[in-house]
Amino acid sequence: MYVAVKGGERAIDNAHAWLAEERRGDTSVAELTVAQIREQLALAVNRVMTEGSLYDPDLAALAIKQARGDLIEAIFLMRAYRTTLPRIGHSHPVETDKMACDRRVSATFKDVPGGQVLGPTFDYTHRLLDFKLMAEGEVPEAAEADPRIEPTPHVTSFLNKEGLIQTEVEGDETPPDLTREPLELPANRALRLQALTRGDEGFILSMAYSTQRGYGNSHAFVGELRIGKVAVEMDIPELGFAIEVGEVELTECETVNKFAGSKVEPPQFTRGYGLTFGQTERKAISMALVDRSLRSKELGVEVSNSPAHDEEFVLYHCDNIQATGFLEHIKLPHYVDFQSEMELVRKMRAEIAAESVQEAAE
Amino acid sequence: MGKAEAALSPEQEARRAWMGLLAKSDAAHLAECLGAVPALPSFDWLRRPEVGGVMVRGRMGGTGAPFNLGEMTVARCSLRLETGEVGHGYVQGRDKQQAEQAALVDALMQGPRADELRDAVLVPLEEAQVALRTARAAKAAATKVDFFTMVRGED
Repeated sequence: MYVAVKGGERAIDNAHAWLAEERRGDTSVAELTVAQIREQLALAVNRVMTEGSLYDPDLAALAIKQARGDLIEAIFLMRAYRTTLPRIGHSHPVETDKMACDRRVSATFKDVPGGQVLGPTFDYTHRLLDFKLMAEGEVPEAAEADPRIEPTPHVTSFLNKEGLIQTEVEGDETPPDLTREPLELPANRALRLQALTRGDEGFILSMAYSTQRGYGNSHAFVGELRIGKVAVEMDIPELGFAIEVGEVELTECETVNKFAGSKVEPPQFTRGYGLTFGQTERKAISMALVDRSLRSKELGVEVSNSPAHDEEFVLYHCDNIQATGFLEHIKLPHYVDFQSEMELVRKMRAEIAAESVQEAAE
Repeated sequence: MGKAEAALSPEQEARRAWMGLLAKSDAAHLAECLGAVPALPSFDWLRRPEVGGVMVRGRMGGTGAPFNLGEMTVARCSLRLETGEVGHGYVQGRDKQQAEQAALVDALMQGPRADELRDAVLVPLEEAQVALRTARAAKAAATKVDFFTMVRGED
């Protein structure tokens, strides 16, 4: 029997009104503006854009405010908004070798053309709480030096000159799009990369960490990590040529792994790739490690039973919106489901009790 | 770069440049610059301002086959001036007024007022973008590591 029940409308309305009040907090404290979040919580904004799969800093900041700082809830809001947008088109692949780099480091080559540029990094800070930030005050201006105008070449292009690194063959095939077709396995690398970019930072980080600790053993070096702005070009049908429709800040990470060679390939370095919106380098490095791990089969490297080698495990569990949707639905009313399970447990108990009475009698 | 670009005429190349400049402009700055231009013409809409998503693509390893990275918001519109020129506006973000202003500049740049518009709008926008880019590049340059070898204690 199916019993439909109604009710709770007043309770829900009141709960949402209270949520709004709690979101505002103590009214004697000034209200946060969206611009403040965008400017001063930029790394949260970047994460919400990357996993929300939509580059729009104002919207991401609004989502963070609305979600009271719950970033997965904010990502959910971005994804929901994204689905309402008509698709104008797609861009040409961004040219990251032309990036205006705020940061560019290589852990493999000390003296790369363009140099090691640290940028606004947390690295080398002491991770001690800075109580000065509790007081309002002017920030000293950052130092300036002779700006580099010419683009900074990719580090891997130097290794490539010796043929020591596997080459990425340029192609122009239309990549599959997760937002248009459901994820089907086996996925090609283009689809995997899209899923990893949108994937949960914590999950991708843990998967990457597991490969470093020995589950699907691979030892990666960060060949290059760069952060900066790149122009986004798109073909405009009414013009008959492409124009820049904007520019996005990206983090790009290229990892290299030693590869002993196979029947068809000589010993060389293989590559992992991470590309994310904004300054999100933990995510980009993690993505590169997981990308490389999931390429094991196509590279002819031994595939273990480790989670990070399992495409299905990684791709079906990396999306925090899918995960949170399924996880959190179990808190919603399951009265009828549970009632039927309770009936079943009662029945099983009664049967066991009846059997033991019978055994005792025998 | 698109393959078709090699075949662009000088006029197309110039239009490509100003449309890209307008797309990346600061909305308030564009409004301020265009606000100083007198007697803006009236126009008819060919496409009213709308907001949509553009799927941004990357390349595997920076150089390989393309993949879908994620979308960005873009506002666009098209209009025709009373004098006949058709202007298209594409701007990053969701600002429909900025798209309208970009389309208006695009249309006016094709007519007799091009020089006036270049001086009043394009030049200041370009200068602002170059200044911003140069300032960031200068700060980045100041964080470039100078390696030096410590005295080795082996002898």
